[in-house]
Amino acid sequence: MSEYLIELKNISKRFGGVRALDDVSIAIRPGEIHCLAGENGSGKSTIIKVMSGIYTPEEGEILVDGSPVGRLDPIQAVHKGVQVIYQDFSLFGNLTVAENLVLNTYLLEGARRMDWPRARKMAREVLARLDVKIDIDADVESLPASGKQIVAIARAILAEARLIVMDEPTTALTRHEVDALFAIVRDLKAQGIAILFVSHKMREMLEISERLTVFRNGRKVAEGAMRDFDEPAITRAMTGLELEDELYAPKIDAAATPALEVEDLRVPGIVNGVSLELRPGEIVGISGLIGSGRTELARALFGMENATAKTFRVSGKDVFPRSVQEAIDLGIAYVPEDRLSEGLFLTQSIERNMVVSILERLRRGLFLDRAAMRDKTEQMFRDMQIAAPSPETAVGNLSGGNAQRVMLGRWLLTGAKILLLNGPTVGVDVGSKAKIHRIIRDLAEKEGLAVLMISDDVPELTGNCNRIHVMHEGRFVAGFHGADMTEDNINDSLKALR
Amino acid sequence: MAAKAERKPLIRRLLGEDAAIIQLAAITLLIFVVMAGLNPDKFLRYYNFESISYVMPELGILCIAMMVAMLTGGIDLSIVAIANLAAITAGLYFRHPAVAEAIAAGGAGVVLHTIMGVLIALTVGLAAGLLNGVLIARLRIIPILATLGTGQVFAGLALVLTGGPAIAGYPQAWTWIGTGKLLGIAAPFWILIVVATVVAVVLRRTHLGVNLMLIGTNARAAVFAGIRSSRMILYSYAMTGLMAAIAGILLSGRTNSAKADFGSSYLLQAVLIAVLGGTNPAGGKGRVAGVLLALVALMLLSSGMQIMRVSNFMIDAVWGAFLVLVIAINYLRSSR
Amino acid sequence: MRSLQSTEVVIAAVLVAVMVLIGLINPAFWGVDNLFSLAKANIVIGIMALGVLLIMISGGIDVSFPAISAAALYITVRAMVALDYDGVLLPFIAASVIGVLLGAFNAFIIERFRMIPLIVTLGTASIVRGLVLGLLGTSIVNINKMPKELIAFGKQDLVTVTAQNGATVGLTAMVLVYLGVAVVMHIVLRHTMMGRSVYAYGGDPESARRAGVNTRRTIFFVYCTAGLLAGFAGLLHSSMIWQANPRDFIGLELDVIAAVVLGGASIFGGRGSVLGTMIGVFTLVMVKNSLILMKVDTTWQRVVVGVIIIAATAITAWRDRKKLV
Repeated sequence: MSEYLIELKNISKRFGGVRALDDVSIAIRPGEIHCLAGENGSGKSTIIKVMSGIYTPEEGEILVDGSPVGRLDPIQAVHKGVQVIYQDFSLFGNLTVAENLVLNTYLLEGARRMDWPRARKMAREVLARLDVKIDIDADVESLPASGKQIVAIARAILAEARLIVMDEPTTALTRHEVDALFAIVRDLKAQGIAILFVSHKMREMLEISERLTVFRNGRKVAEGAMRDFDEPAITRAMTGLELEDELYAPKIDAAATPALEVEDLRVPGIVNGVSLELRPGEIVGISGLIGSGRTELARALFGMENATAKTFRVSGKDVFPRSVQEAIDLGIAYVPEDRLSEGLFLTQSIERNMVVSILERLRRGLFLDRAAMRDKTEQMFRDMQIAAPSPETAVGNLSGGNAQRVMLGRWLLTGAKILLLNGPTVGVDVGSKAKIHRIIRDLAEKEGLAVLMISDDVPELTGNCNRIHVMHEGRFVAGFHGADMTEDNINDSLKALR
Repeated sequence: MAAKAERKPLIRRLLGEDAAIIQLAAITLLIFVVMAGLNPDKFLRYYNFESISYVMPELGILCIAMMVAMLTGGIDLSIVAIANLAAITAGLYFRHPAVAEAIAAGGAGVVLHTIMGVLIALTVGLAAGLLNGVLIARLRIIPILATLGTGQVFAGLALVLTGGPAIAGYPQAWTWIGTGKLLGIAAPFWILIVVATVVAVVLRRTHLGVNLMLIGTNARAAVFAGIRSSRMILYSYAMTGLMAAIAGILLSGRTNSAKADFGSSYLLQAVLIAVLGGTNPAGGKGRVAGVLLALVALMLLSSGMQIMRVSNFMIDAVWGAFLVLVIAINYLRSSR
Repeated sequence: MRSLQSTEVVIAAVLVAVMVLIGLINPAFWGVDNLFSLAKANIVIGIMALGVLLIMISGGIDVSFPAISAAALYITVRAMVALDYDGVLLPFIAASVIGVLLGAFNAFIIERFRMIPLIVTLGTASIVRGLVLGLLGTSIVNINKMPKELIAFGKQDLVTVTAQNGATVGLTAMVLVYLGVAVVMHIVLRHTMMGRSVYAYGGDPESARRAGVNTRRTIFFVYCTAGLLAGFAGLLHSSMIWQANPRDFIGLELDVIAAVVLGGASIFGGRGSVLGTMIGVFTLVMVKNSLILMKVDTTWQRVVVGVIIIAATAITAWRDRKKLV
């Protein structure tokens, strides 16, 4: 018997010309809680897919229980006890909890018959084992995120997992739910099941993990027992940079008319009375969990929700955008969280992606003014320092950072005065991240834009904002500025949320 | 216009950089060469191409209409029904005693009433297209089902209006649209050229066209970018309906009759040609030039096979096989 | 599951309401002869609808099944005539096999080349119809030439009653065939892993793949089964109307898809049930066949079917409304 449950040795994997994994090794012991940390694009998700047999590496060796497995395929991986819980949980919303729980197991067993009584029995048992109460006859789509996650964990247990890989498991959970999750994880450990957390939120990982592996740019840069690391050390390993404490300290003219004044903004059931003021040159941060209403707040400001407010003033004028078009005309811009599905037109050119929101203004009579279109695009293409052969390049070929700069360029072309950013550097590599932060700061400082920055990434907020609100259950529950605005204070505030 | 675009060779600008279209041009040429090689004396006769130029436009316009619907990831299964309904409504107008009398009297009245008839047909097409647009864009019914339903309604109304048999006896000016000649070229062919040019310009040079492409590429992102999606989709189906009505005028003009179930095989052919022409049925991609090339390819193929006395049924089968073949080629090319 | 059941309740309620309405307009609706002929009219379209249901649950759509049905029945009957063979079992097997093969063709193109099912099945329909009409001709095999045993099979009655006007009316035994197919289909969908895989695939193909569903086998199962049912229904139709017409079922895809949608299946996949589909088919057939009873000119039939499709889809669109933003 080997010391390790699963060992990946000297794995390399490339996609086209890109080396996603470069000679990396990771080993997991039975029943340990292991954390794999790394920024987006560090190769975390690639190694998960190698481990679960979805990708075949070009080089390297995979050992399970000390014996090498030649080519690991997904079915084999499941037979070896590897279960992955993806961020989207991979559940079937149209099927009941019980069926979701047993489907993998039945398929694994090669069953031909759908044994409903056994399914319900197994479902009840496994949920009892996790000590949670979920209606096994409910359709999964009716469950909240935390419920779905429990179903996903229970499903992995039923499939006789010996290693459960969880990809960013805490993103959608409140602190209370995270505690419940950790209790379950400890329980699993006690039952001899190993857990691999894959995350970039190290604070939570510090709490629970025993061992740590850190990836950066497709290489392993650190590993060891968790007690040998502290937070700055992990951050250094992940980013390869010393965090520079160059805070954003703009000179705000307190007498200037606020770019945006909102009082008692409500979206039924989600945003419960938010008041907010944004002055030109300010970068205001919003921290909060998924489901805290932060995204809906931004969408309401962008005219996308059926919202009400006591006051809604843009540059001192009473207006209330009722549609995206009205919001754009008022100089409001929104960079959504999910750039790929909500932001970009991947198969279309950079030019079209940039001018999409000013097409109406580019009309000359019946036709588009193509010369003006090209001029504007080329200028923005240069201003945003987009690394691409030309504005004709399809956006799908760009890296995350370049794509995000296309999004920013689109809104600058509309002449936006208020910039709502939701997760501005999600999926952006470290170098590009700094570049985007620089652009945002310049826009605020030099162009006088008012920026609202929503982020999961607390250091991103403390490093770039001059004020930060913590949002929970549709309200601002805490506010920080000046010397109070430290990572610790904000993290403590987030932790206190129930 | 900026000079940059002009520098590209003309052929490049017409065909684009699209590999699918270049491939299609090659296929078209190949078909032409093979057919010409197999029956040089019959296939290469002027008469053959002339007759193609009369039959092709009505189908061609339906194909372009289908392509426009597909740009946003939709489809319009009601175009043939709209075409027939439009032609029948105009036919009923000509049958009205007062109108029939005026037409019989000849003179300027004929042209005037024919213009009225055209306007009526176009209005019917536009209204039908708007109905589709409202169902799809506002009520959010998925296009396949919405147009399946409206197609039945339109065909049903056509049946109710005619009671079953074909309507005949269109005025001469009307049949001229389908059979006449202008500057030595078939009148319907001119209409195809005009429609194709207008649609190509709309798609490339107007904000409606660019918006439709963007909506088809990513409907969610279109909302976040402030595109008035439902209005644009509504316009696209209105355009489709209008084009279907034009096709109906050509069809009834050419055959001097209109019937509720005319041209039912056109529906499949329109889908087929649109897809062959490089239109992505999932949306976001489609060019008039590609559709026209596919149209010419299939018309040459059909006419060549007709000359070889292959039955029309077999020609249908070959068209279907062609579609499957192109799906396979496109897949293999894109996955390379 | 619960939501499905409630969907079925809604459809059933609509059905009952429409029946009451038609009965009020013309009490002849409730006559035994009318009800028997209604039941008969359900059989072929119902069996086809069960195939389409399967495809819709998997998230696909099929417009080639009428062509497949016509091909299966015509090839089989022509072969029987040519070989001078008479019988029941073997021909039905033959027709079903033809259906399976054509369904496998659909599945192959859809699975291998990742093309959307609507386009693929449009192409298949064109190929199949073209080849059958082009190679076998268009002549109808009528009652004189039809194999006698096939006719005898289709003629069997389950019960016969004497109607008020003295005529004897029978309920065709083919109703049992329909019910049998429906029960089997229900069991497959509800109680086999293959059936559940279809729901899983229709719900989320990517998750299904990750869960270990053999997606290729699922797609082949779906389209082959639909083809089988189409082929079988085609020959059944032929034996019930005592003739074989290669042009049969043109345009029927609209009615069948309408019936399945009316029965609560989601065109986005993952939802639909046998019972709901049967109720949907019954509703559609009943409305179409009752127009005469309601003294509506038959030329209005298509308009009515169209309006039903639009209404049914508007309702399901409202049910399935996925917020776009």
